[in-house]
Amino acid sequence: MTNSLDSYLILSALLFCIGTFGFLARRNAISMLMSIELMLNAVNLSIVAFGAFNPALRPQASVIALIVMAVAAGEATVGLAIVIAIFRNRRTPLVDEYDAMRQ
Amino acid sequence: MAIPDTIPILGVSWNDALFVIFAGILLGAGLLVVTMRDIIRCGLAMIVCFGALAGIYVILGAPLIAGAQVLVYIGAISVLVLFAIMLTQSKSGPARLVFQTQAVPSAIAAIILAVILALAISSTDWGGAAVRVATATSDLAKVLFKDYVLPFEVVSVLLLAAVIGGVYLAKRELGPDEETGPR
Repeated sequence: MTNSLDSYLILSALLFCIGTFGFLARRNAISMLMSIELMLNAVNLSIVAFGAFNPALRPQASVIALIVMAVAAGEATVGLAIVIAIFRNRRTPLVDEYDAMRQ
Repeated sequence: MAIPDTIPILGVSWNDALFVIFAGILLGAGLLVVTMRDIIRCGLAMIVCFGALAGIYVILGAPLIAGAQVLVYIGAISVLVLFAIMLTQSKSGPARLVFQTQAVPSAIAAIILAVILALAISSTDWGGAAVRVATATSDLAKVLFKDYVLPFEVVSVLLLAAVIGGVYLAKRELGPDEETGPR
């Protein structure tokens, strides 16, 4: 089982779908950001799995995974800062109450 | 005394058993992250999820990625998320409704996406070897600091920009209606 690429890729696909569901279904903005982190982790897992099984990509895949992690850290920083800034104005973290542009 | 390749009674290899355990923890904690009611617990389940993923990276033979996962995700991003949760929790406790009204359609869409991805993965011949080979950290370092040194520096500038942007966005500005101090 651990010697086939398919099991890692399917695990990654399941984690990505969990993240997709969370992003689409949760009301809290921070929950949505956590779901995005889950999706980024799923993609990272598939990148590292490809690197472990394909000799042509071996060190490069790890480099890409590290860069994805750094970009995810930057994304989390800016995203959470935006959520906190909106919370300061609207007093709620729920995204369906951010309806100022609809009125 | 050497540890045998397979677990004595069950007859499965240690790697397979560890993979199943870590995958179970990963998916279970991931489901808890998106379904639990209390958002603080969601954040704690996210830490468990990241830890299990670090274990899977170790099984895949990428110890440096596993270490970076623990440092960056568990050490930095989870703490950031937990602080943001504490800063944005309203006093009335968790909201009545955890999910949007489109929760059921999005669950169906996610399940359909999972099925399509699983079919595509299992029906594709990925080539490559059928055996895992560990990534040597010295090879990784050579590639990272020789071929990929420009992306490395660009990412460091990006992180600096993200930190400055985060501080600027989250900075408290005293508006005209907030001169009486904190509410």
